[in-house]
Amino acid sequence: MGASGAGKSLFLRAIADLDPNDGEALVDGTARSKMPAFEWRRRVALVPAESGWWADNVVEHFVPGLADTTMLEALGVPADALGWAVSRLSSGERHRLAIIRALSRKPKAILLEEPSASLDAKSTTLLESVLRDELARGTAILLITHDPAQADRLARRTLMMADGRIAEGQGVAK
Amino acid sequence: MSDYIVLSYWDVMLAAVFLVLNGVLSLALNLGLERQLLIASSRMVVQLLAVGLVLKAIFAISSPWLTLLVATVMCIIAGREVWARQERRLAGKWGFGIGAGAMAAAGMIVTLVALTTQIQPDPWWSPRFALPLFGMILGNAMTGISLGVDTLTTTLYRERLAIEARLLLGSSRWEAITPFTRRALRSGFTPIINSMAVVGVVSLPGMMTGQILSGVDPTEAVKYQLLVMFLIGGATGLGVLSAVLANIWRLTDDRHRLRLDRLASRS
Repeated sequence: MGASGAGKSLFLRAIADLDPNDGEALVDGTARSKMPAFEWRRRVALVPAESGWWADNVVEHFVPGLADTTMLEALGVPADALGWAVSRLSSGERHRLAIIRALSRKPKAILLEEPSASLDAKSTTLLESVLRDELARGTAILLITHDPAQADRLARRTLMMADGRIAEGQGVAK
Repeated sequence: MSDYIVLSYWDVMLAAVFLVLNGVLSLALNLGLERQLLIASSRMVVQLLAVGLVLKAIFAISSPWLTLLVATVMCIIAGREVWARQERRLAGKWGFGIGAGAMAAAGMIVTLVALTTQIQPDPWWSPRFALPLFGMILGNAMTGISLGVDTLTTTLYRERLAIEARLLLGSSRWEAITPFTRRALRSGFTPIINSMAVVGVVSLPGMMTGQILSGVDPTEAVKYQLLVMFLIGGATGLGVLSAVLANIWRLTDDRHRLRLDRLASRS
């Protein structure tokens, strides 16, 4: 958590190695610098606040066979949304599909930037339960939120960021 | 070339009458084009008269080093032109270097091969053949490269969310940019493809028209024109391809990041 402009998004981008940075990160004990960047990003998936779409149809953004329809249901996205054109999606649908797109590749860690910013209360509840399932499966999640209640509901640990630094690591056991 | 008709400067001036008429119309209808017309046509007259004298002198001196020097100057001017036509360009020396380098390399290779194996003047570097040929190739490569690179940088800038989305899903930098590479290459190739498709049907190229007007057998003029079109097409293709790929290499890095920070900021 932290004020807008505190550097939360840049921090996630740095972990995903999307901007030049001097840090090092590990997943399953393997250092980021020991593998090609695309291998790293397959293990550590970042879903930015604004999702990017490069083709006209939703289905083209999923690896064939990896499109997980149970996940659509779990997040409250219409089951036939995979067959839609991207231009038809609402911003909430876009964002949820971007999360599904990342999760369907089974990453070891997920970095989420304000995942429920464009979602209503019901969809937020669905999303949080999907995230809890991921946690139970052993996936690490680093999530940016502006909602203290959401942090309370989900977090095992809350980090506060200010002026580009992690100001305090409040170990909230949960 | 028995029926070659020598033009007097008076004939040339008469031809300008229609252009002057345009200027008068612009004044009368308040179109505001007369200034630009005047400047552009004056530039054309001065530049062409000067180049005629320069070429005459260069042909008379006929030195390989002077020919190379002139070719280099042409490359630098064309490189600057490519640089100036970019909406967003690479910062620092890369912005000029990649365009000029790709153009010089493609143009020189193609011109050298054409001079040594096909046209074979004596000596092979004879400025009378080398410079006009190089100029035609360079001019076309310049248009293609500036279109291709401009499309690339503006598209990468506009589509950065989509490109980063692909990178984040584990694509390599080349995979992530493929559709935009294709778009840039297509726009760089379009002018030469269009001109090859309609040549002879819609347009008669200036060089061929010139040769026919100066008395060369049309079938002979066609042979020259085909040779020149092949060379232009080849050099433009090589130049566009290498300039676009070099720009992609520069706008991404070995950690598969999109490096738009290497574009110069627009003032």
